[in-house]
Formats: sequence, structure tokens, C-alpha cells
Amino acid sequence: MSASQPCRLASNSGAGSQIDRDKPLSFTFNGKSYQGYAGDTLASALLANGVDVINRSFKYSRPRGVVAAGAEEPNAIVQLGASEAAQVPNVRATQQSLYDGLTARSTNGWPDAQRDMMGLVGKFGGPFMPVGFYYKTFKAPASMWRTYEKYIRKAAGLGRAPIESDPDIYDHLNRHCEVLVIGSGPAGLMSALVAAGSGVRVILCDEQPTFGGSLLDSGETIDGMAASEWASNAVERLAAMDNVTLLPRTTANGYFDHNFVTLHERRTEHLGDTAPTLDGRRQSRSRLHRVRTRHVVLASGAHERPLVYAGNDVPGNLVAGALSTYIRRYAVRPGQRLVLSTTNDHAYRAALDWQNAGGEVVAIADARANPDGELVERAKAAGIRIVTGSAVIEATADRKGHRVSGARIGAIDIEGFRVSGEVETLSCDTVATSGGYSPVVHLAAHTGVRPVWRDDILGFVPGQTASRVEGFSVVGAAAGLYPTGALLEDAVAQVVRALESDGIDAESVKIPDIETLREGSAVALYQVPHDKPTMRAPKQFVDLQNDVTAAAIELATKEGFESIEHVKRYTAMGFGTDQGKLGNINGMAIAARCLGQTIPQTGTTVFRPNYTPVNFGAIVGRHCRELFDPERYTAMHQWHIEHGAAFEDVGQWKRPWFYPQKRRDNADGEFESMHEAVMRECRAVREKVGVLDASTLGKIDIQGPDAREFLGRIYTNGWEKLAVGKARYGLMCKDDGMVMDDGVTTCLADNHFLMTTTTGGAAAILEWLEIWHQTEWPELEVYFTSVTDHWATLTLTGPEARNLLAELTDIDLDRDSFKFMEWREGAVAGVPARVYRISFTGELSFEVNVQANYAMQVWEALFAHGAKYGLTPYGTETMHVLRAEKGFIIVGQDTDGSMTPEDLGMHWCVGYNKPYPWIGKRALTRSDTRREDRKQLVGLKPLDAKVVLEEGAQIVLDPQQAIPMRMVGHVTSSYYSPTLDHGFALAVVKGGHKRMGERVYLPMPNGETHMAEVVGSIFYDPKGQRQNI
Amino acid sequence: MARVAQFDPHPVQGAATQSPLHHRAASKPSGDSRVTLVELAFLDHLVLRGEPQGLAASVQAVLGLELPVEPQRLVIGETGSLQWLSPDEWLLIVAAGEGFRLQRELREALGDSHFSIVDVSGGQTLLELGGERAIDVLMKSTVYDVDPRAFPIGKGVTSVFAKATAVIRRVGEERWELVVRRSFADYCLRWLLDAGEEYGIDYRPAKVAATTPRAAVADTETVS
Amino acid sequence: MFHIYCPYCAEYREEEEFHPKGQAHIARPADPTASSDDAWGDYLFFRDNPRGVHHELWVHAVGCRKFFNITRDTRSYAILETYRMGEQPGVTAETATLAERDIERRTSDTATIQGVPS
Repeated sequence: MSASQPCRLASNSGAGSQIDRDKPLSFTFNGKSYQGYAGDTLASALLANGVDVINRSFKYSRPRGVVAAGAEEPNAIVQLGASEAAQVPNVRATQQSLYDGLTARSTNGWPDAQRDMMGLVGKFGGPFMPVGFYYKTFKAPASMWRTYEKYIRKAAGLGRAPIESDPDIYDHLNRHCEVLVIGSGPAGLMSALVAAGSGVRVILCDEQPTFGGSLLDSGETIDGMAASEWASNAVERLAAMDNVTLLPRTTANGYFDHNFVTLHERRTEHLGDTAPTLDGRRQSRSRLHRVRTRHVVLASGAHERPLVYAGNDVPGNLVAGALSTYIRRYAVRPGQRLVLSTTNDHAYRAALDWQNAGGEVVAIADARANPDGELVERAKAAGIRIVTGSAVIEATADRKGHRVSGARIGAIDIEGFRVSGEVETLSCDTVATSGGYSPVVHLAAHTGVRPVWRDDILGFVPGQTASRVEGFSVVGAAAGLYPTGALLEDAVAQVVRALESDGIDAESVKIPDIETLREGSAVALYQVPHDKPTMRAPKQFVDLQNDVTAAAIELATKEGFESIEHVKRYTAMGFGTDQGKLGNINGMAIAARCLGQTIPQTGTTVFRPNYTPVNFGAIVGRHCRELFDPERYTAMHQWHIEHGAAFEDVGQWKRPWFYPQKRRDNADGEFESMHEAVMRECRAVREKVGVLDASTLGKIDIQGPDAREFLGRIYTNGWEKLAVGKARYGLMCKDDGMVMDDGVTTCLADNHFLMTTTTGGAAAILEWLEIWHQTEWPELEVYFTSVTDHWATLTLTGPEARNLLAELTDIDLDRDSFKFMEWREGAVAGVPARVYRISFTGELSFEVNVQANYAMQVWEALFAHGAKYGLTPYGTETMHVLRAEKGFIIVGQDTDGSMTPEDLGMHWCVGYNKPYPWIGKRALTRSDTRREDRKQLVGLKPLDAKVVLEEGAQIVLDPQQAIPMRMVGHVTSSYYSPTLDHGFALAVVKGGHKRMGERVYLPMPNGETHMAEVVGSIFYDPKGQRQNI
Repeated sequence: MARVAQFDPHPVQGAATQSPLHHRAASKPSGDSRVTLVELAFLDHLVLRGEPQGLAASVQAVLGLELPVEPQRLVIGETGSLQWLSPDEWLLIVAAGEGFRLQRELREALGDSHFSIVDVSGGQTLLELGGERAIDVLMKSTVYDVDPRAFPIGKGVTSVFAKATAVIRRVGEERWELVVRRSFADYCLRWLLDAGEEYGIDYRPAKVAATTPRAAVADTETVS
Repeated sequence: MFHIYCPYCAEYREEEEFHPKGQAHIARPADPTASSDDAWGDYLFFRDNPRGVHHELWVHAVGCRKFFNITRDTRSYAILETYRMGEQPGVTAETATLAERDIERRTSDTATIQGVPS
């Protein structure tokens, strides 16, 4: 063994199938440098270097070391990353491949894991920190919880997120296949081989860098080869098939409806803190595969279950199988003197591997009275001392608690839950235990399938329930089937059956020859009795990650928590990133014992996605930064940018909000404020002419002989008389009588209409038309097609609009031949256009519609001719001010889904006498919609002309009343009008239509109260003369 | 009086046109691009709606194309391409300037039956995605199964594309077409360039046709 | 993430392409004016929320834009069938109960179903 890696086996040991001794790597843990090899995990490298203490525990701050070798590791959880931006919390050292320069720190421990301040709590406060300690101790006064929590969290530590932005990129890949095999142990490999042979698309994933699972550290012979060699042959065959996708370093983390599975592939996390470039191009650090598959074959294996005994959290306590993994795969024997405590034959492999690797096996404590399997015989033959009918009841620690110093072995009476004989103390530095295996049922549980207890294997397996998932098979150890020969045979049979259910013939597959060892039966033991009662014995940990002890579970049951779900929540067992991988079954068994019932009677808790933590980057994928959400652009977007527009988000559209100009009075070239720009744009429209890019309005082409009838049913007003060449404003209600959208619809020809909708409502209104057509009135002959993006709409508005447009068009714009609410076709700037004479500002307006590819030609021509008329581009804010001055509503701003047309004062837009009971009509005659004290749309004129009321401000009638005041409405739209030179607002007020001239009050959070007069909602040009010039 | 208003959007004299992606420059050339992307701008796009039995004969007569009645089928012929969008809806893409003439002829052939033809040329554009890794870019972008085993040449679907939507058509062994809406085109392009980065994506914008004459095939050749 | 068979596109598509539109087979009263306030209120606002078989209206929003019906088991989220507008369901709460008893009979022989509601 080398001095620098004291626990690394020599190269001539033959061990270490995964490591490459020619590629040494350096890494840093808690600021100290170490050496490891390519192929190591961080855990194997730390163990090789004799690092015992990896962390401090969550609650008691006790020193903790590596316990396992895979995803089930509860203790060795580290914070990764050399730089701030590369910080990754909650990384399991057992799953993190080593790379050169890797920098890791303990997740818990303040100031560090070796010298921990909170350890004092663990040492002295331990007995005083029972289950529910935080709930009980810090619950009063409630206001202080935040203060307590800050320190508790700081000390407990849960890893931390980086405070700098992540330099890496991540992505998603949508995959589809017929068979997804999760796990590449013997059952997974066999399943993949069978499925792949049939020619269907197969994905095989495994969380490890190397496929093979338990075969990698098995001593078995398959088809005359070492198990690991058989595995690598199988993988080679799979890799050569083009219908197979192999995904190593990929964890299946969530199993969702209808066989949708998310796989988290760690693509470069074994290469460095940040993803290296490939051929000079960035690659994603990790990738989320979103897999839709016909069949899921769950071959997730089983986790060895440790026994629960006193002192079982001291570094040097491991699950037995992990020893074989560290020795065989990584050539690491993490100690000298081993005591093994087991309930089954299988764990004997660990002792034999330990001895073969040059370690001393002090003793095997076997809980069975007469173990007699072949492995037991081998151990005896190897001269190992076997103490039957007994178990390790306590691991003792060195002075600092940093390493196991001995094991207390006692004869136990399992039935009576007591130590039944002499207790012997053996000196050792490592205690390994095995209480049997827990099938990894997590993914099955994600689908809602409850695990089912099986007494014959002493574990839960995925259940078959009435609400079964189609196309779901569980094979191998995940199904509680352990002997290699039997599980291979079963996997073949299950996959063949699954394929046959789809009518696919699977090739006949030869089941490999396996030497099968005769195994003795196991005994059920979870918590080992101690010579003191559980409540007074040294801590016996059930869930190491969440620091849940056997005593805590016992106390919880004594305090009346009988449901296992309640015990879980009270004690935190199986919480967080752990999801109960090692501890849950033991916890349930203890709860069952305390409650005097069986494990199946106690039941199990629910496992939820994700199986292991997934970084946020992988969840977000490419949907971040400038690709977070689509941005929709109009044909004039570049012009708006070039002319300095500030943009407003309207749905996904980017609309010019206002166009700040350089201030003329300022030599420094300072830009106008928003208020200044909007005032200037408003004046330009009222006095000269402005142009608005209105392309974002929803537009729906409606064709068919029943188009007119359809409009009459969907709008509140009448359409039967609208002549070709004319346009009409329409209101749409839902069938509850509440306004949902509005817009102008034009009659293009007898059977042809163009409907406009609000910008935000376009998609929803098209779906609305379709749902009524498809589900209620399929007999109506009409088709709807979205043309929102096809037409660009340029709105010219202001007293000079006609003069400007006349320079560019062949259309007769005379006020008597082209009347208000009519449309004409002609060329504008040489481009065929439909021009609508409609107005949303109250001024003379022409909306020019052209095919979007030609829009810039027209837009630029307008400006080429517009200077002499004072043409000014204006944005949505000016549009809002101008329309509000006219009392024109914006659906969604002045309405909120509870306003009827009558509430809006728009009874003129309701055709009560139309023949068909149109959408919303019936509801408008309900007593509630006829109430006179409904909130109604009114205008508000602040008494102080300079005040601009706050949108959303609540309205009261009596400002002197006690809080909570009786609120009678709120402000929906509020602006300053440069035309009127005072602030004004639209508001909804209870019974508002009958309150004209009344005074209302708006108390503000700063103590100020504004006064306003209720007025009509039209502030400007109430007779509508300006649009008719 | 005409039952339906017909409208030729193309100027008689020709006018400057701008595709939805006119502002985006070509990517820097690299020797090892495994994905190519080019905009096929200014084609005429028409949405045809009606009952298939009523439309098929006229469509065949006027367009020389079989009306695809099988879901997800795309038919390509000399006139252009015709794609099934729904049981009563098809997308017809033809050369620039051809749309209005064909619409008029179709309307004449279909006579009094109930149907609708709508010009959507200004509302969408066509991107051609090619190269050996085009499929990987698509897998990053759409939930639809684009594996050649499930997506033969001559298939076209409407599906989710990033957070927008697209019509996705397979027109060759490694050639795909994406029909995207004008307003989403910039987002979709940025998405494609980002998703294709690791394979070296070579983007060429459409050659800007200075003028697009009425009822004449415009120059839609692209810089290659 | 449902996998939904669109009866118009005649293939399975991802849930992201669809929008749910609530309970299916809610008929608008033929003559709303003759409908009482109570009956109209029921039509507008009241919906079933069964544990088990439920009929729902969905639309293939990013796809063929057609509305259709889904019969779904609200416990398992299993989609039992999809069918076009105007068609009647082939699976109902009554027929499904019979099939379910059959499954329970078969599974209860081999395993005890465990668990407590979360």
C-alpha cells in the first residue's frame, strides 16, 4: 500500500477493475490535497486516502463517513466546485467520478467537519434533543422562529446554491423507444439483450459510469466467464446495435404517467467543474432525457439494508456489500480489522473479499442459529470465526468519535427483542452489516403503485394494484429475485411476454449457465436489541441523513403517531434527497415493533420524484436567459429598435411602449422621460397625426354560408344587417354573461368576415370559436383560420391622417364616400392593402392592413411623406391614454371576468331581440346580473387635477370609517391627459351609473386620501365628432 | 355579389419584401458543420379547408396534387406541397406569386360547395434543416417522435417546438422543413442556432428578393 | 405527462399538444330562455368530480385543433379510450367497475395491497 493512499491495495492484488493506475489525479477535500486514480469515485478516493470523516450530521452534528457505494449513500454528501459559479450542493461522493482538480467540501459542519462547533450539541445536548425537538423548543414565541431558524440552518447546513450565475449550459432531449431498461445489472443487461434482439428501439441507462451493476463485483461465473467479463461482452453486443441507445452516468429519476420517464445524464460532471468544450464548441454539462416508452423494464436492483445498532453512525460502519465494491472495483480496503454482522449468507462475500484483500476478519456475527450455506462453509474453511445467534449490538468509537474502535457482540433473542447472553467486545476498525436487501421500488412508487411486503424475501416489492400501469415490468433484485440464474430466466420471460403483448416476436435467447451457490435462508432482523432499552441506549440510527434514531421512532409511536406517514413527518425519516433508501424499511420495522403489528400492517410511505437530486440546470434545459420565453415580433420590430422604442410585453409580443426622443432643451442628449414622451405622442395624435404598429391584434378569417349566423350567436350584438364594406364593433361574453373579448369585425363579402380580437386573446378566441362550432353547432357551415401574423396593421390616426394617406393611395378617402366604420381595398405605397376606417383614439383614423412581408415598404413610405404633417410614431402607453380619454375599455384591464356589458354601460351593444339565444344572453337575465348595486364602469375625475390615481386603488364612500373600510370599487385605468390637462381614471364602482357627480375617496397606503368625482366614462369629444371629420 | 373577397397581396409593380428573419445574419462559416439551416422565404402559403370528398377532385385538377386524406401525410409535386393538417384542413405551399392564381382557379373549380381558402403567406415562413445531426436538433426541440423509424419521408405534423409551435415535415433522408409563424420566427431561429451549436450549425438567410412580382415565380434561390 | 391518442390524427401524442376543457357531454340547454335559474346555474357551474371513470373534453390544440373526448380513470390516470365529438363512450363507470373487480380478484390472490393515503 502506498503511503499517499494508505488504503489502496497494491497493483498486484488484481483488484480495482474500474481504476486506471496510470492516470493519477489530484483533488482537494476541505482544503487538503489528495491523490486518486481515473475511474475512482470521490468516495473511493477519500477512502483510499484514509479519510474517515466526510461530514457532520444534519441534526446532532456527529462525525460521519462513507456508508455505501452508490445512490443510497446517506452521509458522504459534499459541496462541489472550486469557484463560486461552479458550486454544486448535495453531491453524493459515491456517485461523483473523480477528475483532476476536483474540489469538494463537507456539506455540514461549521466551521468544518473535523472541528465542529455544533458537535457540542450532539455530545452534550444529544439527550436533550429528542424527536420534535425543534418543534417543541422553538415554537414559542412564534415571532422568534425566524431568528432561531437562521442559526439552526447555518449550523446544520444543507449545502448552498452558488450566488454567481452558472457558466454551463444544459439541455433536454426528447426520446421515444419501445423498451426502456433502467439499471444494467444482470437482469437489466439480459432484458436489454432480449429486447434489442427483436429489433425494437431500446434504451439502457445506468447511474454508474460502467454497465454491469452487481456483476462488476460479483465472484460468480457466467457462461464460463467472470461475471464482469460477461457483462462487458453483453454491453459490447448492445453497443453494436443501431436500435440500442446506451446511457451510462444516467439516473432514471422520475417515472410519470403513461410510461414517461425522466433520465438525468451527467455528461461532463466526471470531467471538471464546468463542461469542457468539444471541438471548440460548448457542450451541455448535463442533460435531461424525456423518454416516452411503450415498456419500462425496472431493473433497479436492491440496496443492502444495514442493521440498526448502537453507534452505527461512527465512521467505519458500512453496509457489507460496499466493502466488496470498494475492494473489487477500486482496489480500496477501507480498514484493517473487520467485524461483520449479518442475517444472511450473501454478506459473507464481503468478509471473504476483505480477507482476500489482505485484511483481517476478526469475526462474523451471524444472527442465525445454524447458518449452513456454501458461503458459510467457505468462510469456515478460510478460518474465519463465526459467532452464531448473535449480532453486533454496538460499535464503539475512538476518543474523537472519528473511527470505529471496537464491536460489542452479543447473543440475541430476536423474538423477545433482547440481548440473551454474554456480550463480548472485539477490537476492530470496521463494522460491516447486512440485514438483507431492500428492492429499489422508488420508481414504481412514483406511478402510484404501492409496494407490497413479502415475508419470504423480507422486503417490499412493487405491487400490482387495480390501477396498474400498462407496459411495466420489474425484473431481478428490484422484484426481490436474487439468485442470478433465476433472475436471468425471469427477465427473459418477462421481456418476451411484454414484446409479445405488442405482437413482436422475440428471438429465442439462451439463458447463460451460472454456477448457483446453495444459500441458507435469512432471518428477519432490523434493529438489534441493546443491553439497555432503546430510549437509554447509545443512539441507534435509522436514517443517517436526517439523523433519525430508533428511539425517535419509538418516542413518536408513544406520543400517538400511529400512521407511518405521520411517523415519517414527525421524525423526518426518509425526507429530502435521501428518500428513504437505506433507512425506511428499518424505520417501518421499528414502528411496527413498537405498535405491536407486522410490517405489512404498518405499510410504507410514498416515494416521490426525484430519486436522486437533479440540478436545476438540467430541469431548465435550454429554456433560460434569452430563450426563457418566446418573444414575438411584428414586421416593423427592427424599425422600432432602431428608433429607440421602449418595449412593453403584451402576452409574448414585444410592443413599442413609447419612443423616447432626445430632449431638445438638453445639450447633453438626455432622453425624454416616459411621461414626457407619452405627452408628446398624445399631443401629436390629437393635433396632427400619429402611427401605431397594431399588427399584434388577433385576426381571424371567417368563411362560409353560416358565417353571419355564427357571429350573431357568438357576439352580443347583431350582425344580420352588416353590409359588405362595413365594419362593426362587437362584444363577446361567456355563457355566464361576463365580457371576455371585444374587437371590430368586418364584412368582406357575403360569406366572408374578418374578426379582430384583443392582442392577448387571439389564440383563446380562435379556440372559443372552434369549441362552439365543433361541439354545439357542427351543422353551421363556417371555417375559421388565424391570419394574425399574415397581416401587418399600421394605424394612422389624427386630424392629418387623411391628408397623409391621400399622398400614398389610390383609394378615395373622401369622408362621404369612405365613411366611418367602412373598409376599402386599394394600393398604399404601391402595396395592395385593405384600409379600415375605424378609430380607437377618437380621431380620424385609417388602419392600413398589408401582407406582412410588405409592411416595411408602407411604414417607411408613411414616414417619407409624413414629416410635413408631423407624423409621430406612438406606442401602447399613448394608445392607452387616448382610448381611455374616449372611455374605450380594454378587456382584461377594465374588466376582470365579472363585468357584464351592462356593467360597462354598453347596453347599446347587446341585442336582446336577436332570434338565437346567443352566448351570454340567458345569464344577463339572472337576478344577480340585474342587481343595481353591481360594480359598474364610470369615470373618475380627481379633485386635484395633478393627481394620477393609482390603478388598483380601492374606492370608499366614507374615508372616516374604521378599518377595515367598506370598499365599493377600484380604479382600473388611470393616466394624465395632456389634452385635458388633468389626471383622469376609469373605475368600477358599486351602483356607479347612478352616482354621477358623487364624491368618492381613495385612501392610500401612505396615509394620504385622494378625492375624486364620479363622472361619465367619456372624457373627450363625447359626441364622437373628431373621428368623423 | 361575391361570396368571398379575394385579395392578391403582391404589388403590381413589385415592392421591397422582408422575410421575418431579414435581420439575422448568416453564421460564421466553419468547416465541419453537421447541421445546415436555411430560410426558404417568400413562398405562398394557403390554408385550405373543407370536406375531403368535396375537395379532392378539384385539388387534383387545379394543383395536380393528390389531396392527402391520411393523417400526417405530405404530398409533394411540381406545383408545390400539400400537407394534411386536420381532417378538414390542409397547408398548400407554392412558389411566390402563384397563390392568388391557384386560389382563384380552385374557387372556380369548387363552385358553390362549402370550403375556405385563406392566404397566410405573410404569417409564416419555412426553414429547411438538414445534415446528419439535424435529427438531434429536432429531438432537443420537439416532443414529437422524429426517429426515422417513426417519421418517414413524406410525413408532416404540427407539434410543440421549443415553447412555440411548428409544422415539422420530413422531405428527405436528412432534410426537414419547419413551418413557423412569422412572429415566432426569430425565437425559433435563435433556439435552433443554440440547440445546433454543439454540432456546428451553418445558417444561411434567404436571399432577399428585391421585388416580388405579381403572379410570377420569384427568385427564392438561396445563397449556398 | 399523459400520452393521448388523438382520434383525428390517429396516433398517440404528448400531453403538451393538448388542452383539457373540462367535463364532457355537458349539453347547452336547447332553449336557454326556458331554463330555470337553477338549471342554468347547473349547466354553467356544476361539474362532477368522480373518483374513477370520468369523461372529459380535450382539444388537440397544437395539432389538428379538433375537440374530442377522453374517458379517464381519475385514480390511476389511465386513459381508457378517446372518441370523437358526437360519439358516445364505450367505457362507463358501470362497465369499468365490473372489469376492476375482475382485476382485484386476480391480484388479491398473490399479494396484500398495502399503504395508507398520503
